[in-house]
Amino acid sequence: MSQTQASLRGGPEPLVSVRGLRTLFATERGLVRAVDGVDLNIHKGRSLGIVGESGCGKTVLSRSIMGLLPSTAHREGSVRYEGHELVGKSVGSMRRFWGQEMSMVFQNPMVSLNPVMRIGEQIAEPLRIHLGMSRSDARDTALQLLEEVRIPEPKRRLRQYAHELSGGMRQRVVIAIALSCGPAILFADEPTTALDVTVQSQILDLIAERRQDRNMAVVLVTHDLGVVAGHTDEIAVMYAGKIVERAPTNELFANVKMPYTRSLLRSIPRLDDDPHTRLHAISGRPPDLIDPPSGCRFAPRCAYAREKCHVEAPPLQSTENPDHVYACWYPVGSAEFVEREEELVATGVHVRGRQ
Amino acid sequence: MSGAGHAHLRELNDAVLQVRDLEVIFGSGRAPRVQAVSGVSFDIARGETLGIVGESGCGKSTTGRAIMQMPPATAGSVLFEGDDLGAMSQSELRLARTRVQMIFQDPISSLNPRRRVRDSVAEPLDIWSRGTPAERRQVVDDILADVGIDPEQAAVARPHEFSGGQCQRISIARALVLSPTLLICDEPVSALDVSVQAQVLNLLEDLKARYSLTMMFIAHDLAVVKNISDRVAVMYLGRLCEIAPSRELYAHPAHHYTRVLLDSIPVPDPEVIAVGHELVGDLPSPVDPPSGCRFHTRCPAADDQCRTEEPVMRAVGEDHYVACHHPLVTSVAIST
Repeated sequence: MSQTQASLRGGPEPLVSVRGLRTLFATERGLVRAVDGVDLNIHKGRSLGIVGESGCGKTVLSRSIMGLLPSTAHREGSVRYEGHELVGKSVGSMRRFWGQEMSMVFQNPMVSLNPVMRIGEQIAEPLRIHLGMSRSDARDTALQLLEEVRIPEPKRRLRQYAHELSGGMRQRVVIAIALSCGPAILFADEPTTALDVTVQSQILDLIAERRQDRNMAVVLVTHDLGVVAGHTDEIAVMYAGKIVERAPTNELFANVKMPYTRSLLRSIPRLDDDPHTRLHAISGRPPDLIDPPSGCRFAPRCAYAREKCHVEAPPLQSTENPDHVYACWYPVGSAEFVEREEELVATGVHVRGRQ
Repeated sequence: MSGAGHAHLRELNDAVLQVRDLEVIFGSGRAPRVQAVSGVSFDIARGETLGIVGESGCGKSTTGRAIMQMPPATAGSVLFEGDDLGAMSQSELRLARTRVQMIFQDPISSLNPRRRVRDSVAEPLDIWSRGTPAERRQVVDDILADVGIDPEQAAVARPHEFSGGQCQRISIARALVLSPTLLICDEPVSALDVSVQAQVLNLLEDLKARYSLTMMFIAHDLAVVKNISDRVAVMYLGRLCEIAPSRELYAHPAHHYTRVLLDSIPVPDPEVIAVGHELVGDLPSPVDPPSGCRFHTRCPAADDQCRTEEPVMRAVGEDHYVACHHPLVTSVAIST
């Protein structure tokens, strides 16, 4: 872990610094280690992507940072926001941070909006509660916010209900609510997964524009590396509750180290591939977080794993680029990796190709 | 002219599915009528995979369901291996449906949560009493093994004990257990993670070869559709706007809408800068669709002709047809 911290180098003071964060859930079957020792910095005005499959702990991580967890959860470690330690804070004292300092956009806009409350009231509510605005000020600001998220006919929308809006428009409303109190960080948890591709690009662009205008940090949580490629400065890849690779976006795509990241990238169907190109699926699924595998947690699914991987957990180490860290004994490009890749190509399991 | 014309229909000796002027209108009486599908025609040759893409609300799922006659189309015909499904009696239709099967988007809700998954997969065989009980057991075990589910676990476990990807595999097994000719897949991977999505797409390709399937693959993700399809049809607001072999469609999109769809796919490469053909506004209401070309309200190339005159399918390349007055590809060089 000291190595991990060493890799989170100086630079400007981060807005949020997460150190040794663990989030545990007590269940009937035992203790679920959903987040298991994460170190992370979030910088002002920058965007961070958190990527991984379902069940890797990416959603729990973002909620743990915000303190939005059910009562069965237990947090250990440290989350510092502008010098304030958030771990251990009560819900009451977290209210000061929610909305004004950090806010969240969830995956399904139909569930996160109240179906029996007008759109205008839903946007005005945080303004009145958190910022103490008067009814008429809140109404004016709500109108401005709807314009800011580019909803057509904003005046009419204020009086409508969620079911009267399309999926994309609902998500814009959710973003307007999240932006309403001027947060310094916006967490977006799979904000476009429920939406069409055309709407997806509009929403991602909208979030990027608002980030620049407001100099706000954005944390984009998704399973799709395609989504984060064009919309983040830095990416953290999670697997089984741990960060397994972290790098500036361009560096990560140019120089993938962790076989898991590479597999995620190669499982995306690409437009420049011919029809019926066989996809590189990752066999199996993420491990049970009650009793994760010893050694590297990805080893049971990794085509490049060797004996050491099953026994000893690899630490996060940096590449020549100190901002790029990964946890793997035999990273992409290493002699052992290349040797195994040759075998896999020779036996026809893998197709030689891009990356 | 109703619909987008028939220029794109092929003369197939061995067509599995021929859809003609399909129209689905929801609502009756004084309720506003939703024109979900308006004059859609296409055909699928044996062994072919036809992809259907478009945004939510374009009528792609309704088209798939209308083929299954649930509910039947308001107008038009669906010929399955030459027989008109819409003209069949209930019992004939039930028999025909054993050869046309469908899988759906949400794999968990398409399985009965209270039944053991093996029983769900075996049910179609039991209903039709195909073979002896021992033979049926063998068929079910084989098919479960083919989709990568342990038959022994399936005999005792219920859907909640499986992941989303596994539930989709089970749904696929259930759809294939009667050895259908045509498999209609309605967004089968859009609820899945990319890694699991790749597993299921590979599985569908394998099963297509092993069971000699013809497929119709409905999805909103063009990259997924390109990967699995031989031909791709693009739908917008209940209308077909373009149809072409998948490689051709992606290399030379002719409809402005197709280009927008292609440009909005996120590329997993930060070096690629978005080209920026973005759609403005939302999908118009299918209750009162725009006159002329239905895309004209959002199309960068729209003019007066587009506002008044409905474009008809015409050839812009080999086996490449588009319903647009001002297509992006105009080189009509077709050998007759």
